[in-house]
Amino acid sequence: MSMDILLQNIANSITLGSLYALIAIGYTMVYGIIRLINFAHADLLMVAAYIAFYGILIFTLPWWVAFLIAIALTALLGISIEKVAYKPLRSSPRITVLISAIGVSFLLENLGIVAIGARPKPFPRPEELVWNIHLGDISFLSLTIIIPIVTFILLAAIIFLVKKTKIGIAMRAVSKDVETAGLMAVDANRVISTTFAVGSSLAAIGGILWSMQYPQVDPLMGVFPGLKCFIAAVLGGIGSIPGAMLGGFVLGFLEIMLVAFFPHISGYRDAFAFVILILILLFRPGGILGENVVEKV
Amino acid sequence: MDEQLRTKFILNIVFLLAVALLIYWGQHNLNNFEIRILNLAAIFAILGVSLNLVLGFTGMFSLGHAGFMCVGAYTTAILTMSPGSKAIIYFMEPIHPVLANIQWPLLPAILLGGITAAVFGFVIGFPALRLRDDYLAIATLGFSEIIRIIVTNTITITNGALGLKNIPSIKSLWIYWLAAILTILVIKRILNSSWGYAFRAIRDNEIAAEAMGINIFKHKLLSFTIGAFFAGLAGALMAHLITSVDPTMFRFLFTFQILLIVVLGGMGSISGSVVAALIVTIGMEVLRIVEQPMDLFGVVEIPGLPGMRMVIFSILLLLVILFYRQGLMGTREFNWDWLLNKLDRLKDRMRGEAA
Amino acid sequence: MLRIEDIQVYYGGIHALKGISLEVPENKIVTLVGANGAGKSTTLRAVCNQVPVSSGAIYFQNEDITNKRTVDIIKRGITLVPEGRRIFPNLSVLENLQMGAYTRSNKIEIRKDIEKMYDIFPRLKEREWQIAGTLSGGEQQMLAIARALMSRPRFLMMDEPSLGLAPLLVKEVFRVIRDIYEQGVTILLIEQNATAALQIAHYGYVLETGNIVLQGPGKELAVNEDVRKAYLGKA
Repeated sequence: MSMDILLQNIANSITLGSLYALIAIGYTMVYGIIRLINFAHADLLMVAAYIAFYGILIFTLPWWVAFLIAIALTALLGISIEKVAYKPLRSSPRITVLISAIGVSFLLENLGIVAIGARPKPFPRPEELVWNIHLGDISFLSLTIIIPIVTFILLAAIIFLVKKTKIGIAMRAVSKDVETAGLMAVDANRVISTTFAVGSSLAAIGGILWSMQYPQVDPLMGVFPGLKCFIAAVLGGIGSIPGAMLGGFVLGFLEIMLVAFFPHISGYRDAFAFVILILILLFRPGGILGENVVEKV
Repeated sequence: MDEQLRTKFILNIVFLLAVALLIYWGQHNLNNFEIRILNLAAIFAILGVSLNLVLGFTGMFSLGHAGFMCVGAYTTAILTMSPGSKAIIYFMEPIHPVLANIQWPLLPAILLGGITAAVFGFVIGFPALRLRDDYLAIATLGFSEIIRIIVTNTITITNGALGLKNIPSIKSLWIYWLAAILTILVIKRILNSSWGYAFRAIRDNEIAAEAMGINIFKHKLLSFTIGAFFAGLAGALMAHLITSVDPTMFRFLFTFQILLIVVLGGMGSISGSVVAALIVTIGMEVLRIVEQPMDLFGVVEIPGLPGMRMVIFSILLLLVILFYRQGLMGTREFNWDWLLNKLDRLKDRMRGEAA
Repeated sequence: MLRIEDIQVYYGGIHALKGISLEVPENKIVTLVGANGAGKSTTLRAVCNQVPVSSGAIYFQNEDITNKRTVDIIKRGITLVPEGRRIFPNLSVLENLQMGAYTRSNKIEIRKDIEKMYDIFPRLKEREWQIAGTLSGGEQQMLAIARALMSRPRFLMMDEPSLGLAPLLVKEVFRVIRDIYEQGVTILLIEQNATAALQIAHYGYVLETGNIVLQGPGKELAVNEDVRKAYLGKA
């Protein structure tokens, strides 16, 4: 493989890894605090992409306004979903709330089909953000640099939130012992809502960046990225935010490199993530960074 | 006591005869479209009952049913398509020579579909069933997708994304509903045996079940494999109903519908799954009108909303799981006791009045 | 300060408290002793509404707090050191203490209090950055008490603080309890270690399968024949 192509692939894997990392954090935060695989998380990225899409094209808003509105509305949607579909089932067996999550996910996807149509639409890339950069022989999109930078800034912000702020420490406390956290007058509902708000915002940003990188939106665009990002979160260690970041990058890297070095099995690209999942769950369920989470009792 | 058992036995025979009569009537009086819907309902009944076995009775959250259906469908398709059809349809890459000239009769092919799916279930179960609820769900979903992706890529065996057509068709109500009734009888029998007792114990309290000496893993694997068998069977029947298969048929949408049927009918009720299968299958068709433009009193035309059906079904699933978790039948079954009790009380009342 | 009137509590499918009444006067130490499963922990948890009270009432400073939200009860100045310590294992010692001060906002005061805790419990200062789950049992107990004190409670409930600790540490724990009392905090203490508890308490209640069977000044109960036979034999 020539140096150019190798560099291209490395750049792609950093970009893809960043996107995966952003979305994986949302999964891991929610799982950490209420032990739920939020099937609907990935569909939020679709919602954000569409809001941005309509904001720019129909309402002719400046791109940054459309993006901000998309993020805000998606965060609100995430909080509402929690209150309506997950909170009432907090004391029910886990299967019940999982089914509810599947229901929400399906509802969002099909509402998308009804409201917007199943056909993919091209996403309007803002010129200020997306342009071609030429470096000698190679040329690449500005996104290749912008996406990782945005991702790292956000990751740093999240780590700051979780380690240094009161609400962040409360989130970590609630994820281990919600009853005792209550003894410190921690309002579990508020903490959980905040978790969903943060996670959903990250998904929204991930969705917007995704639609700029792969400029097509369709109602099912979140399905496969969602599954892969969950797998990334498990890979890094479910419940661990640094783990989700690591998992996202590792999965993105492996996925791109697999196709780069073995192009004849590129059809199996999506299956690859699932194979990794199975292997991880079998041999190291705690993930790369996590503690052993799959207890029997 | 003996008299009650005898009465029930007679009632069961009468019931089955009534069903047979209904099928006979249906076969001769309903049009093709209606028959097809009822056949589809039978297939979904098999799917619902088999998922209920795994989820409702053993407590394992498996999302892999679509994958097992896929295996069953493709097995029977490849075995029963005529060599002539195969030559034409596999035009991207010719079919693997071993499979080119086989043509099996229908019944063994369908059964083999179920058996192949069961083998897949057994193999998948080994790693997957050690996992807990949420992880099991994702793992089985993952396996289902892996199966689908393998099918899409092994073009010499499956013709890849193009799918298979000209599968011999079965149109008779009898076949599908016979299969459904047999499935129900077999699963009922299993549930009333010591296996069924173990399954329920595992569902209710795994630790206590282990303390009672039940081999958890073995029984989980058993339940899972049996569920896979019937899912494969249903998939095979589906292939003969629709006469064509392709990998995109077996996406998560299928698993969702089956999940809806199990939840709606009641996780833990066979009768519930059958009823729910009928409701959902017929409902799907009826709701098609929502997706076509409608003419309101000849005055207003409301444009159709494609995809609205699934929105309604998603909302239905959410409503059931949030507000009416036990579904239509909870863990109860149709049985004659209710009727006999009512008759007994009627008898007593009449005797009371006479005295 | 705290008055419990004839409360009935059902918990885990059993009738845990069958009509308990007790009183904790301000600036006193009151202890609740009894065998395992008598309902001592349930009583404390009922005060915080971690388990619901089906009948009867609980008054804190003459205000009815029965079945109010836990968050609101805590904000009135009540704190519980739960059974089994229940420090946050994934947080550092410092973060645990910060969690204790969750209801407070004055950062300077909070920092001062943290320093005070380090004075009382020097071993915690050494381990300031250590993850709490890796501390020893005794250190975790100290942390749990320090964490509770961070909210500057006026009323402190402690559930078996000496459980599982070596005798030297038990002595230290009781010394700390005495110190807290002398700072003006009212204390309701549960202990299986009835000897130490009754020595330090002004008043005591004996709980047996959901009922109070005996009560009186601490010193009296300590020498009471029935109490000695039942509980002090294995102190």
